[in-house]
Amino acid sequence: MPTVSVARELLHTMLGRVYTQEEFDELCFVIGIELDDVTTEKAIIRKEKHLQENEADEDEEVIYKIEVPANRYDLLCPEGICRQLRIFLRVEKMPTYRLSRLPDSSILKMIVKPETAVIRPFVVCAILRGITFDQARYASFIDLQDRLHQNICRKRTLVAIGTHDLDTLQGPFTYEALPPSEIKFIPLKQAQEFTAKELMEFYKSDLKLKKFLHIIEDSPVFPVIYDSNRTVLSLPPIINGAHSAISLNTKNVLIECTATDLTKAKIVLNTMVAMFSGYCDEKFEVEPVDVVDPVGRVTRYPDLSLRTMDVDLSYIKKSVGVPLQAGEIVDLLSKMQLTSKEIDGDKIQVSIPPTRSDILHPCDVMEDVAVAYGFNNIPKTRPKTSTEGRQQPLNEFSDLLRLELAMAGFSEVLNWVLVSKKENFTLLNRKDDDKIAAIVSNPRSSDFEVGIKSPLFHCFVNSLAFQVLRTSLLPGILKVMEHSKDVPRPVKVFEISDVVLLDPSKDVGAANSRHLAALYCSTTSGFEIIHGLLDRIMNVLNVPVDGYTVGPSNEPELFKGRQAKIFYKGSCVGSFGIIHPQVLKNFDIPDPCSYIEMEIERFL
Amino acid sequence: MRDADGAERALLAFLESNAEISNSEAFARDLGVDHELLAGTIKSLHGFGFIEAKDVRRESWELTEEGLVYSRNGSPEVQVFDAVPAGGISREDLQRKLDDSVFSIGFRKAMSNKWLETKPLVSRKVLKVEDVVKQQLLDVKDGKNLSAADIDALKKRKLIVPKVWKAYSITKGANYAPTRTKAATEVTREMLLKETWSEVAFKPYNFQALGQPTEGGHLHPLLKVRTKFRQIFLEMGFEEMPTNNFVESSFWNFDALFQPQQHPARDSHDTFFLKSPCKTQTFPEDYLERVKTIHEQGGFGSIGYMYDWKREEAEKNVLRTHTTAVSSRMLYKLAQDGFVPKRYFSIDRVFRNEAVDRTHLAEFHQIEGLICDKGLTLGDLIGVLNDFFSRLGMKKLRFKPAYNPYTEPSMEIFRQVYPLYGSYHEQLNKWVEVGNSGMFRPEMLLPMGLPDDVSVIAWGLSLERPTMILYGIDNIRDLFGHKVDLKLIKSNPICRLGM
Repeated sequence: MPTVSVARELLHTMLGRVYTQEEFDELCFVIGIELDDVTTEKAIIRKEKHLQENEADEDEEVIYKIEVPANRYDLLCPEGICRQLRIFLRVEKMPTYRLSRLPDSSILKMIVKPETAVIRPFVVCAILRGITFDQARYASFIDLQDRLHQNICRKRTLVAIGTHDLDTLQGPFTYEALPPSEIKFIPLKQAQEFTAKELMEFYKSDLKLKKFLHIIEDSPVFPVIYDSNRTVLSLPPIINGAHSAISLNTKNVLIECTATDLTKAKIVLNTMVAMFSGYCDEKFEVEPVDVVDPVGRVTRYPDLSLRTMDVDLSYIKKSVGVPLQAGEIVDLLSKMQLTSKEIDGDKIQVSIPPTRSDILHPCDVMEDVAVAYGFNNIPKTRPKTSTEGRQQPLNEFSDLLRLELAMAGFSEVLNWVLVSKKENFTLLNRKDDDKIAAIVSNPRSSDFEVGIKSPLFHCFVNSLAFQVLRTSLLPGILKVMEHSKDVPRPVKVFEISDVVLLDPSKDVGAANSRHLAALYCSTTSGFEIIHGLLDRIMNVLNVPVDGYTVGPSNEPELFKGRQAKIFYKGSCVGSFGIIHPQVLKNFDIPDPCSYIEMEIERFL
Repeated sequence: MRDADGAERALLAFLESNAEISNSEAFARDLGVDHELLAGTIKSLHGFGFIEAKDVRRESWELTEEGLVYSRNGSPEVQVFDAVPAGGISREDLQRKLDDSVFSIGFRKAMSNKWLETKPLVSRKVLKVEDVVKQQLLDVKDGKNLSAADIDALKKRKLIVPKVWKAYSITKGANYAPTRTKAATEVTREMLLKETWSEVAFKPYNFQALGQPTEGGHLHPLLKVRTKFRQIFLEMGFEEMPTNNFVESSFWNFDALFQPQQHPARDSHDTFFLKSPCKTQTFPEDYLERVKTIHEQGGFGSIGYMYDWKREEAEKNVLRTHTTAVSSRMLYKLAQDGFVPKRYFSIDRVFRNEAVDRTHLAEFHQIEGLICDKGLTLGDLIGVLNDFFSRLGMKKLRFKPAYNPYTEPSMEIFRQVYPLYGSYHEQLNKWVEVGNSGMFRPEMLLPMGLPDDVSVIAWGLSLERPTMILYGIDNIRDLFGHKVDLKLIKSNPICRLGM
């Protein structure tokens, strides 16, 4: 969940009273945001600079860090949080966001060139006229763009925002896509001119910007926005031009959002203007821009119109479980920024403002009724659903076998499904033929290695290219033994869990298989103890002594001449034997071990 | 030589007529037994209270190797004196007659004793000498006392070294008897047969020591807690879902749950994707089409997400990030088979490609419960959560609005933490999150073909977190995975959640 910093003083001013931390915490809880941390500006700076946490001034401004839900983009800035809280507390009425009335001829144009279709096809724009920034507002304006970029914009891949001092520019604007070498401008925070091609090289060493280069890097053309004097506004989604940079003194701001996803671009633009039009001379008024697409169609942005949704009152009442009157529901919704009215047919018509893009379905309206009513005010009821409890036979069966293994003196371990390829194959003397193991494409390398002391480990530390899903329980159990050197011998452990095997007969191409594994480790190998365990397992599975056979095997992880395959009803269900000394060495296990592993689903 | 039993009998017999044995060492010597052997008997008799033994420390002297040689061959100064013939001898000839060390030590000593003179032949200055040193060494060997000055002289010459003797002085003990019968530690079959059990003295049992450890095996702590959760679900009438499929398609894991394809959870930083098998080939095509439509254009009263939904994204295989992937398959199947009310549960592994720390691993167990029926309400969800968690001993719950792409409303579940015996003051009213819950969105249920008045209420939590709290484990690697301490598995108590 995203976190937003809000000055405590500002909150108290906006909410019209002083809240103790407990009271504010409670308010957050009820509305579904969270007071995550209480800090100060200076403490944040100290933390960033890794300074000691000493001598905090008494008069430092207290900052509340507030976590907000991931789908409420309107709560990504202090302005939005305060507005929602004020409306919830009925201190403020829902604002009406509107477009300024201008003759069509006075409306600025953004002309989209067809070449943009191959790289970043959409652009939407709006103008905030007569805005008054101060330090806090300006910082919030920048922060909101960052947070939108991080969240809904998916790190600028879906949408990128550019803001410009309109007074430095001359419309109409064009949105084009040109070869990188043909784009030349002075980027923000730089003094000299770069071509777009040079810039991509230049920013490779920029910690913040290098993360965005991949979005356009491989394209033959880069998106770029010009004004009528061929001044570059921005090279989205990387950087704006220095020429039109905004400052504290900027009065008129042009906002452009370029995108691969038009719906999200509209949400981002609406969020920006809804939050900051409150600082315009004409409060909550936004000047539109006409976007002219390559075939000449004109669309006016932003679209601040209210969406309407008809919702059955009975649906709300039945879902929440409280017999609310229509008037109560309308009243509750008004606390959540939704205006509504009762209409014919036991319905209400809800008007959804541009800030509430999260409302997709009447269930979202129903939730807002429940939140405003208070989840914790809803009376508890019991579902009347009459059903029977029932276990999965395989799990019930596994649990019974687990008890038998424990009663036979073995202790249970529980290992990870994810192992390194080396652990699953090479360290077990096995060859990977790519035919049995499922492979993860984006592994996290550090978590699955065998211990650092293992002699073979050193050559693998940098080459853990793949992680696989274990195809046997052996690597996990051997790793347990590696970490149990000081446990008094004999050690007897078992695991009954799933392995994963490639299986073309399944829709996903792989299937779990439940295995039973047990290991005995002492100063002598104890092969007959594991053999005895096999007999015991067969005994509790009600397989008579002549119902299973053991036959010669040549498993590479087991010792020659002290290993065997287990056959049941004509097919091999597993094997047992002394662990091969080389395998013990690979896992840095000093003592001999005997081991059994078998599939158990066939006995179900 | 007597054996230990003989020594014991002799010792007890001696005390019958004598008040004290002042020195066990001398007693042993008189008995002709090794003192070490007698000491064992003394300790045992003392332990049973037959005798009272006190430590006597005594310093005595022992010959060094050099001293031992002189005690046999005579002191070097006497050997030198004896080697000098009456007529005298040259120093070189004298040296040739003797060992180097004997000559060099003995000659110097004999000279300083003024037994010999050199003029220039070495000749006797006195007629006869007495080998006092040899005699002293023999006395030390026999344990006789020497004067302090003599001891000092021998010590200086490194002919003797001190030896600490530990012996005992012994008197009768509280349980003294002239003979003892061996105390028994076990009731034996023989005692029962011969009915001697009433006559046998039993060794007092040491209740301070631990008993003998048991030999059985042990169940894993996490799975003991899993058993408890399974029982709770079964008692509440829930049916277990088959969750033995770790590899899942993005379709069932995300798309079917109305989770948009650009959702951050579908990022490679959060989810493990598979290289092999990289994608799922077969889907119920008509259902897939309905899912595509609800994402792209909405339907069933929803406006949808309004983006281009891509089949390739849905085909990508992942390690399931939640067991809700199984719930979506089960609910789809339920819609196909004909709806009947269901309570489902599962507890199984899920996988997240997230940063790993003391409380997070790349894989963990998710507990999930859901009820699917007509006319379920949010009040029902709150009611069933109270029933479920009160069985875990969490009586007081509170719910916080939250966001989750496939549930609406979504509620985080908080439980009150009571102060432990007033041991902490500031957190008297602390609420801690214990799980998530909600009602599945119509955009998830209706494309499956479930009747439109069917609701699903569901909740989930991790198995690891309550287990760690229950057993006081603060690092998840101590609980799950190969770094587990086998001693923890052995010593871990039964799971008494809610008892």
